Amino acid sequence: MTEIFYSQDHEWIALGADGLAVIGITGHAQEALGDIVFVELPELGRAVAKGEACAVVESVKAASDIYAPLAGTVAETNQAIVDDPALVNRAPEGEGWFFKMRLADPAGVTGLMDRAAYDAFLGTLS
Amino acid sequence: MGVGLARTPLDGLHRRLGARMVDFAGYEMPLQYQGIIAEHKACRTKAALFDVSHMGQVEIADPHAFAALVPGDIAGLKPGRQRYTLLLNQAGGIIDDLMVANVGAHLLAVLNAGRKAVDVAHLRGHGLDITTCFDRALLALQGPQAAQMLPEAAHLRFMDAAMLSIEGIPCIVTRSGYTGEDGFEIGCAGAAGEALAELLLARGAVPAGLGARDSLRLEAGLCLYGNDIDEATNPIAAGLGFALSKKRLAAGDFLGADALRAALAEGMAQKLVGIRLEGRAPARAGAGIQHAGETVGRVTSGVFSPSLNAPIALGYVRADLAEPGTALDLIVRDKPLAGVVSPLPFLPHHYAR
Repeated sequence: MTEIFYSQDHEWIALGADGLAVIGITGHAQEALGDIVFVELPELGRAVAKGEACAVVESVKAASDIYAPLAGTVAETNQAIVDDPALVNRAPEGEGWFFKMRLADPAGVTGLMDRAAYDAFLGTLS
Repeated sequence: MGVGLARTPLDGLHRRLGARMVDFAGYEMPLQYQGIIAEHKACRTKAALFDVSHMGQVEIADPHAFAALVPGDIAGLKPGRQRYTLLLNQAGGIIDDLMVANVGAHLLAVLNAGRKAVDVAHLRGHGLDITTCFDRALLALQGPQAAQMLPEAAHLRFMDAAMLSIEGIPCIVTRSGYTGEDGFEIGCAGAAGEALAELLLARGAVPAGLGARDSLRLEAGLCLYGNDIDEATNPIAAGLGFALSKKRLAAGDFLGADALRAALAEGMAQKLVGIRLEGRAPARAGAGIQHAGETVGRVTSGVFSPSLNAPIALGYVRADLAEPGTALDLIVRDKPLAGVVSPLPFLPHHYAR
């Protein structure tokens, strides 16, 4: 079973059986951004530090950075959201994933939130 | 939401419609309801309803005194007609851009929300007798179906103004707007604002927020005060020369006239241009503009155009690079994005002339 964790930057990170972590933005994040019209993804092989800006989403009105929730190396990117940025709005926590990383330290996910903790975190924002 | 923000008379309606509210010029305003792209397209294909009550409605008693502060032909503004004009400072810079209508008994000006206090001080400082009506509601009904949805005002032509009753609500209606589409701006007492909005929604108008208002005005090549024009901006450089009366420039009988005549004689160092980008990444306000590796200007407004499905921008560039077709680089996240100077408006206007 895939374990999914959440960051305070409204990103999710799913640890797959292949040892790669899939990163995307949450439903809350896509709703806050509005209609997404452009996505820029990191280059394959790029080493990123925890919290480093490594992708960009643009809505009609504004640009937002996507941060690496943990340190690691970019292993795969989702061309589908480059071709169809609105896919992030339609399926943020599924087909609209951003990139996969090989984590420098997979145990680092314990510092992130589980779904219940993230939902509670969302409750503190409004 | 910030403390001490003002709310428009339509605030309750926005919340019932599920709007996402943002702070704009000291007001809590709807950014969007269903989404910017859907609202934008509703305005281009049907009709959209915007709350623009944050803008300042001001009655001006003496047209002659007002004329001394603007470069337009106010003496020639007949009852029932409206005109776009500018409040200028001594240096020819733009204090505000505004619509002014002759409604018979007085002039009615509509000021930008963020400039109300400055404008009122400026007008009163020059001895004008003005009455602020900032508690009134102002709605914009915009789109190709606007006239069908407002048959009470369908007899008006572009830039006409009239006092009308809409289902018993006394309104001041002008056939104008800020989207490039046919449409109306409708002022009424604040207390009647929600009822007026509800009846226009019942006639089929789609509620639209500030997000769509911005993308629509940019496609229409219309300046936004504070972004594309300000007190340091010359109307000639901003492409607003159409608002300068040749007769009044020659007479030099308005504040800022001397500076504008000198600027016209000297020529402009910079000009506001439209820019179409080649990729899908938008360039936003503040992005540098380069030509042949040299910085030649900066972006003042940028958006992803829902109609063109491509990013567009307005920006000032060196005057010799303002010709449509000129290739420019817009610097976004330290990388150059290819763009080309485009004629304005980006999309043809559809006014009921």
